[in-house]
Amino acid sequence: MISIKNLHASIGDKEILRGINLEVKAGEVHAIMGPNGSGKSTLSSVLAGREDYEVTEGEVTFNGKNLLELPAEDRAREGLFLAFQYPVEIPGVSNINFLRTALNEIRAYHGQEEMTAKDFLALVKDKSKLVELDSKLASRSVNEGFSGGEKKRNEIFQMAMLNPKLAILDETDSGLDIDALRIVATGVNKLKSKDNATIVITHYQRLLDYIVPDFVHILYKGRIVKSGGKELALELEAKGYDEIKKEFEIAD
Amino acid sequence: MANEILEEHIQNEYKWGFTTDIAADEAPRGLNEEIIKFISAKKNEPEWMLEFRLKAFRNWQNMVEPEWAHVSYTKPNFQDIIYYSAPKPKKELASLDEVDPELLKTFEKLGISLEEQKRLSGVQSNIAVDVVFDSVSVKTTFKETLAEKGIIFCSFSEAVQDHPELVKKYMGMAVPATDNFYAALNSAVFTDGSFCYIPKGVRSPMELSTYFRINASGTGQFERTLIIADEDSYVSYLEGCTAPQRDENQLHAAVVEIITHKNAEVKYSTVQNWYPGDKEGKGGIFNFVTKRGLCLEDNSKISWTQVETGSAVTWKYPSVILKGNNSVGEFYSVAVTNNYQQADTGTKMIHIGKNTRSTIISKGISAGFSNNSYRGLVQIKKGASNARNFSQCDSLLMGDKCGAHTFPYIEIKDKSGVVEHEATTSKIGEDQLFYCKQRGIDNEKAIGLIVNGYCKEVLNKLPMEFAVEAQKLLAISLEGSVG
Ligand SMILES: Nc1ncnc2c1ncn2[C@@H]1O[C@H](COP(=O)(O)OP(=O)(O)OP(=O)(O)O)[C@@H](O)[C@H]1O
Ligand SMILES: [Mg+2]
Repeated sequence: MISIKNLHASIGDKEILRGINLEVKAGEVHAIMGPNGSGKSTLSSVLAGREDYEVTEGEVTFNGKNLLELPAEDRAREGLFLAFQYPVEIPGVSNINFLRTALNEIRAYHGQEEMTAKDFLALVKDKSKLVELDSKLASRSVNEGFSGGEKKRNEIFQMAMLNPKLAILDETDSGLDIDALRIVATGVNKLKSKDNATIVITHYQRLLDYIVPDFVHILYKGRIVKSGGKELALELEAKGYDEIKKEFEIAD
Repeated sequence: MANEILEEHIQNEYKWGFTTDIAADEAPRGLNEEIIKFISAKKNEPEWMLEFRLKAFRNWQNMVEPEWAHVSYTKPNFQDIIYYSAPKPKKELASLDEVDPELLKTFEKLGISLEEQKRLSGVQSNIAVDVVFDSVSVKTTFKETLAEKGIIFCSFSEAVQDHPELVKKYMGMAVPATDNFYAALNSAVFTDGSFCYIPKGVRSPMELSTYFRINASGTGQFERTLIIADEDSYVSYLEGCTAPQRDENQLHAAVVEIITHKNAEVKYSTVQNWYPGDKEGKGGIFNFVTKRGLCLEDNSKISWTQVETGSAVTWKYPSVILKGNNSVGEFYSVAVTNNYQQADTGTKMIHIGKNTRSTIISKGISAGFSNNSYRGLVQIKKGASNARNFSQCDSLLMGDKCGAHTFPYIEIKDKSGVVEHEATTSKIGEDQLFYCKQRGIDNEKAIGLIVNGYCKEVLNKLPMEFAVEAQKLLAISLEGSVG
């Protein structure tokens, strides 16, 4: 699915990603954990094609294509989806209109016809059920005035609508109440198949009780310093990052 | 990085910039009483009309061009303008077949095929069009259909000939001949325009529309529109405009007057797309327009909606005088400036009657090196008890070389009046653009989405067909201004 080799990225003079290696195969769930500021969101932004970051070294192959060569919109059209840690508000643009535009742009890229209004609305109905999204939210402006939890739920709704190959969920669990957490996690699990993959970025083991990862990676100062099975998350929850920090203290 | 992207400007070509090769019947260059008499004679006008013109001209000579607007430009040389240019042959046109085929082609390029309008005659949602080319009205469609309802919709010249009592009574009522420099100039030299009268109790069965086009070089366009809505009547009126690409600046100084009687309502929508000049700011139309509505009697309503994307310099304040009790005035505006365009636009709401209400929603979008100003006056006169105004003025900046300014003036002479004013300035966000791209939407489409979202409250006020056109125009005007 995606293969990241020795990825370095910086902003200005500051190097944030310092040689990331990660291989995610179809059907897998990977969790990335790591202390604040370690570069988790930066990694997802770089993969999604945000231009503020400069990739200085490394390669990323996504379904056989050189991901780093593609503009952000084409990465999305190729099936890469990012659930934002901080979803953006777009006043005056209805969620529905936004998603319809997105969906049709993706379809056009793949040489498919526009979806009819009828099919589209049926899809909206179906997918909003999946994340138990209030139908009022679907017709409101994109994220405008949404509560923190509603925004996160809306991200997963969008993911369900766009049906990506690789979804990166950046702290989708933060800000969700216990019920919402379960609903969102159930939604993600339902969308899981042998043909797609998920990268879950989180600080909490709790989410991983619901979305059970095949692999857990610890990102620290721009590098993956430790990988393991789901027990690694439990270990972290118990011990915190101290040991890792000591072990991998990197001189700046 | 973001700034680098913002600095990148690609040309957005003005696709309406063709000229049409039509023989024109022109007045000699310059302005004096002889020219005014020439125009009046050309139009076979009655004496009172000539008097109106000459009076305006004599006043104009003592007036100075206003300088308070937040715009700078080289003042036009008023002696170097051709004040009358009519496409030849100037004879009565009985049917479309007699219209110069070149002219028809022009309209086809503009996307208003009169032929099509004709063919669509049976369809419900059609629009009656009056076309003003340079200074002369060339064709008014659907006249007969409208006449059945008693609606008069014709060129201003025809109205002067056929309905002199109406023209005489209402012309100058909302915009007196000596109102301001450009209005006085217009009153002296106007050559044509549209006239519309909706009789008592009639709702116009279709939208009425005027398309203006400046064609000949060195000409100015000075048209007048007069709309009268008698008691209990309603009409929705549309105005569109384009001009060819020329290196010189051309002057457009129009006057639009609306008068509403008891319980009458007029909705006036404009999509203004005069040539804005090139990327370096060369050429383009100077658009100095006086538009004013007068809610003469009780419970009447006048609503201005404008989408302004064109012109090099715009000076325009569609206003409403709320004289009748309970009358309502509205102003919904989107003004876009790109490259070196300058716009100083807004409105005046003058509350005179009791319980009068006004709403102002202004959305300015500035890109490139442009300057975009909102200037508005809300005045509540003594005795205008319980008057209400709500104003919202938002500015959206694209890039950091452009400017947005807001000049709200409020004068309250009646203590019971309530005026609310809100203003915001925002930047089109890299975050918003990236969010859209991450969902598979490319840059141009993303800007279109974001800008249309921002203007939604105003675009929603436009009639359907016009709203679609306006959305496209917004996207084209801002092409390449971000990313
Ligand atoms: N645009 C930027 N300009 C300057 N520094 C940045 C920028 N983006 C990220 N950084 C820095 O890069 C580092 C990594 O940030 P990032 O957001 O990727 O961390 P994170 O692992 O997602 O943290 P958190 O758990 O708090 O979400 C931080 O030190 C941050 O300040
Ligand atoms: Mg983060």
